[in-house]
Amino acid sequence: MTADKRTTYDEVIASLSDGMTIGIGGWGSRRKPMSLVRAIARSSLKDLIVVSYGGPDVGILCATGKVKRVVFGFVTLDSIPIEPHFRAARQAGSIEVTEYDEGMFYLGLLAAAWRVPFLPTRAGLGSDIMRVNPGLKTVQSPYGDEQLVAVPALNLDAAFVHMNRADQRGNAAFLGPDLYFDDVFLMAAKQRFVSTEAIVETDDLLKEARVQQLRINRSMVDGVVGSPRGAHFTSCEPDYGRDEAFQKRYAAAVGDAWPAFLARYIDVDESAYQAAVHP
Amino acid sequence: MSDDPTLAEYCVVACAEAFRGDGEVLASAFGFIPTIGARLARATFEPDLLLSDGEAYLVANDLPLGGSNKVVEGWIPFRNVFDIVWSGRRHVMMGATQIDRFGNQNISCVGPHEKPKVQLIGSRGAPGNTVNHATSYWVPNHSRRVFVDEVDFISGVGNNRGAAGVKRIVTNLGSMDFDTADRSARLQSVHPFRSVDDVVSNTGFPLEIKDVTESRSPSHEELKLIREVLDPGNLRDTEIKQ
Repeated sequence: MTADKRTTYDEVIASLSDGMTIGIGGWGSRRKPMSLVRAIARSSLKDLIVVSYGGPDVGILCATGKVKRVVFGFVTLDSIPIEPHFRAARQAGSIEVTEYDEGMFYLGLLAAAWRVPFLPTRAGLGSDIMRVNPGLKTVQSPYGDEQLVAVPALNLDAAFVHMNRADQRGNAAFLGPDLYFDDVFLMAAKQRFVSTEAIVETDDLLKEARVQQLRINRSMVDGVVGSPRGAHFTSCEPDYGRDEAFQKRYAAAVGDAWPAFLARYIDVDESAYQAAVHP
Repeated sequence: MSDDPTLAEYCVVACAEAFRGDGEVLASAFGFIPTIGARLARATFEPDLLLSDGEAYLVANDLPLGGSNKVVEGWIPFRNVFDIVWSGRRHVMMGATQIDRFGNQNISCVGPHEKPKVQLIGSRGAPGNTVNHATSYWVPNHSRRVFVDEVDFISGVGNNRGAAGVKRIVTNLGSMDFDTADRSARLQSVHPFRSVDDVVSNTGFPLEIKDVTESRSPSHEELKLIREVLDPGNLRDTEIKQ
């Protein structure tokens, strides 16, 4: 028997604990594991350190009080440049941040994946990234005089990504234009979770994906959650595009408008959510 | 077709000029007017530029804004964008909420970083871009709020702090370069019906004023490309105050 890694939202949440450092795949408002983000948002988890190429995942977790610190290079909804819920949390001073250049962020994840303490880069030199991250150090090249930023490994307790197709053992493929950094997020984490549009038989994986898109292998994954339209309202090409109309409603749901949005779209289970957004 | 160019069309040409001489590098432009400008440069005097669609493809044809009829000549997912950034073979044109006389740029936050008055998008790739390859900026609202003595947060690094080279700032009033002894900003040209005084009074730092010209007007061929091929929906006009 081979391992069946299929699991449920409740089991995923039960494996997490307060204060964990969690990585969330995707990019901006693109192929985000939103069903898992919503599950975290309605759980009792708190004080999370969220590591993300940030989009509405960061905004929702900020707005629901789950976040102690965000590690980020940007937070955006792409078609709406500023994430309003992240902005509100920052301006209220209710969260801490570690702000990096987006390439430094990649190198931090890669260092964790490769089990090295840091990776060197020129990105960050001369900028205020060095000022606001006093723990960030430079290192002199052992082969010359050049000073480089030593980006520390971004070790994750757990990582969540959303893939177009997966099998029950954790092999998974993206079908859209970009994997983003989802493989690196998984490799940087202790507990690794994939949500997917469809769980298919292993020998069906290459029916839709080219082999170059089969980038997640089962050694990188601990749990698989079947989650059709689970990236909604972010894009999940080619299965579906971003739901721009819904994203606008989300972005407008600030202040007094937030509790109603929360009650209708977040404090409900996944099937009720999907029914509410696709009546 | 009237050959009288609009202000937006002068800005497009000024953005295109920023890429002159670049050769076979990736031209990454953010905003409507810089995007049209980079595409115009390649369609005319800088044919070797590489251009992406902002998603994951290098596009070989003269694509209109919002166009989907792409001739794909390469695949550059974000991971490979970093490869190109760090190789130095790129020229980016970014926006700036604040910018100083050496081209230090802020897109992170206004006010203290611990608790900003206004949270912006975040530093994005600006720190890495600016120390690795050529950088220019597009500012559609030239004002003292943008052109400041000191930025609140240095996202993009200026010429006094180790930039690979801040080359050009194009605004709705004119164009600046950094061809000065200390590589600080110099007013290079002003657009028609704008004056040197307009620029000076809307700039919050001392600007070198020397040999200022009127901005180059688009040629008949360039106007035709802008209006009929690259931006038939006239999105360029929505990006600046007329």
